[in-house]
Amino acid sequence: MLELQSLSLEIEGSKGFEILKNINLQFHEKKIYVITGPNGGGKSSLAKVIMGVYHPTQGNILLDGQEITTTTITDRARMGIGYAFQSPPRFKGIKVKELLTMAASHNPEKVNICDLLYDVGLCAQDYLNRDVDSSLSGGEMKRIEIATVLARNLKIAVFDEPEAGIDLWSFQKLAETFRNIHEKYDTTIIIISHQERIMELADEIIIMSNGTISAQSERDIILAGILSNEACACSTKCVKGVGQNVECVR
Amino acid sequence: MLNALDKLMLEKVADLHEIPQGAYNIRKNGQGVQRNTTANIDIITKLDKPGIDVIIKPYTKGESVHIPVIVTEENINDVVYNTFEVGEYSDVLIVAGCGVHNSGDLKSQHDGIHTFYVRKGAKLKYVEKHYGQGDGKGQRVLNPQTIIEAEEGAVVELELIQIKGIDQTKRDTEIKLMDNAKLMVTERLLTHKDQVAESNISVELLGVDSSAQIISRSVAQDDSRQEFFFDLAGKNKGRGHIQCDAIIMHHAQVHSTPKISAYHSEAQLVHEAAIGRIESEQLIKLMSMGFSEKEAEDTILSGFLK
Repeated sequence: MLELQSLSLEIEGSKGFEILKNINLQFHEKKIYVITGPNGGGKSSLAKVIMGVYHPTQGNILLDGQEITTTTITDRARMGIGYAFQSPPRFKGIKVKELLTMAASHNPEKVNICDLLYDVGLCAQDYLNRDVDSSLSGGEMKRIEIATVLARNLKIAVFDEPEAGIDLWSFQKLAETFRNIHEKYDTTIIIISHQERIMELADEIIIMSNGTISAQSERDIILAGILSNEACACSTKCVKGVGQNVECVR
Repeated sequence: MLNALDKLMLEKVADLHEIPQGAYNIRKNGQGVQRNTTANIDIITKLDKPGIDVIIKPYTKGESVHIPVIVTEENINDVVYNTFEVGEYSDVLIVAGCGVHNSGDLKSQHDGIHTFYVRKGAKLKYVEKHYGQGDGKGQRVLNPQTIIEAEEGAVVELELIQIKGIDQTKRDTEIKLMDNAKLMVTERLLTHKDQVAESNISVELLGVDSSAQIISRSVAQDDSRQEFFFDLAGKNKGRGHIQCDAIIMHHAQVHSTPKISAYHSEAQLVHEAAIGRIESEQLIKLMSMGFSEKEAEDTILSGFLK
C-alpha cells in the first residue's frame, strides 16, 4: 500500500506558493485509481512526488509501511514504483528494442518485447529497430513510454495522461492492457486522465483541483456526479463524455 | 613480431583479434612490420616518401584492407602518406585505425595523410578509429588528413571514431563528389580531461545529383575542448545535409561553425547544429526504470555515440 500523509509541495523559488496542499491518500493493493481534475490542479506534480522526482516540502510517503519520503528516484524504482511520463523524453541512438530491454531488465519474469509493443498497438516488426528520437511521433512516443512501464513487475504504476495520442482502436486495447497488468502483477495502478473510458476502469476516482483533493469516492458515485453536472460549457449536443474520445476538463 | 600490447591496440582500432583476413599492412613505430596482399588488392611501398599505395582492382567485391598503425614508444613523430586507388565498380571496406600507447613523458605523434581515388561506380566504406592509452605524461597526438575524390556514381561511407585517449587531434577531411556520387559521414568523438580535438570537414558537391550526409555527434567532458568546422559547397544540382550534435559536460567547451554555400540554384543544403547538456528528463526516465544516475548517464552517452 502506498500512503501519502499530509503532503505539501512548494514550487522552488516561489516561497509560499503550494502546488500540493496537505494531501492525504491511500492507494491499496490490486486497485485502479484515476486522478482527474482541471489542468494545473496538481495531478502531475503528485505523480512526480510519488516517483521521487520532486520531494515534498512537508508530509510523508510510505510504501508498505516503510518511510520513503526522502529516497531517490532510483531507490523507488527498485522498490517497485514506475512512472509513465506525460511528455516522454527522446533518446538519440537508443533503439525501441534497447529501451524496452532496459526497462524489463529488473523484471525477474521473462518479458517478450514484441508482446509489449503489441499491447500498446504498435507492430514490433516496424518499431523494434527504430531510434527513440524525433523520428517518432508524439503518439508513438506515448505508446512506447507506456510499454516501458508495462515491461516491469511493479507494485505501483503511475501513468500520466496515457490517452494522449492514442487512437480509438488502441484505446480499447490499452484499457484491456491496464486490466491485464493489474491482474497479472497485482499492481496498484494510478492513472491521471480526463477520459471517461479510463475512469470506467477505476475502482476509485480522485478529483484534484488547486492542489487539493476536492472529491474521492468509488467510481460510480463520482462518474454519476460528473455526468449530471449541468455546468458543461461545451456547445456540442452530446451525451456528456460517453463514447466521445475527447478531453473533458471540468 | 606482435606482442600482447600490439594485439590490444589492434583490437581497439581495427576490431582485430588475430591477423586480419585479406589485404593488410601493419605499421608500428614508423615502420611497416607485416603485410599481405591478395589477387585483387596490391600494397606497394612508396619510394619518394613514407607510406603505401593500395591498389584495388576494378570489380573487386567484398574484400577488405586493414592498415592499422600502432605507436608504442615515446618520442615518435611518424608522418605517413597513403594513397588508395579504389577501382571501378569495386565494393570494399578499408579500416585504418591508429592506436597510441605512450608510457613515457615525451610526445608520440602520428599524422596519416590518406588520399582516396574512388573510381566510377565503386563503393567504399572507410573506418578510422583512434585509440590511446598509457600512464606517462607524454602527449598522444594524431593529426589525420583524409582527401577523397569520388567519381561518377561512387558511394563513399566514412566512419570517423575517436573515444577518449588522444590528447590532441586535428582532423582534416576534404571530399569532392562528381555526378551521382553519394557520401555518408558518421563522426563520433568523446574528449575528456584536458584533451583538445579539432575536426574540419569540407565537402564539394561538384557533379549533378551528388549528395552528402554528415552526421557528427560528440561528447565533451571535464576541461576538454572541441572545435568543429563544416563547410558544404553545392556547386551543382545536389543535396547536402549536415547534422551536428554535441553533449557538453563539466567545464568543457564546444565550438561548432557551420558553413553552407550554394553556387547553383538547384543545390539544396541543410545544416542543423545543437550543443546542450544531457536533458534531466532523460536521466529521470532511466532512473525511474531502476538505473542509478551514473548508469543512466553512461547509457545516454553510449547510445548517443553509437
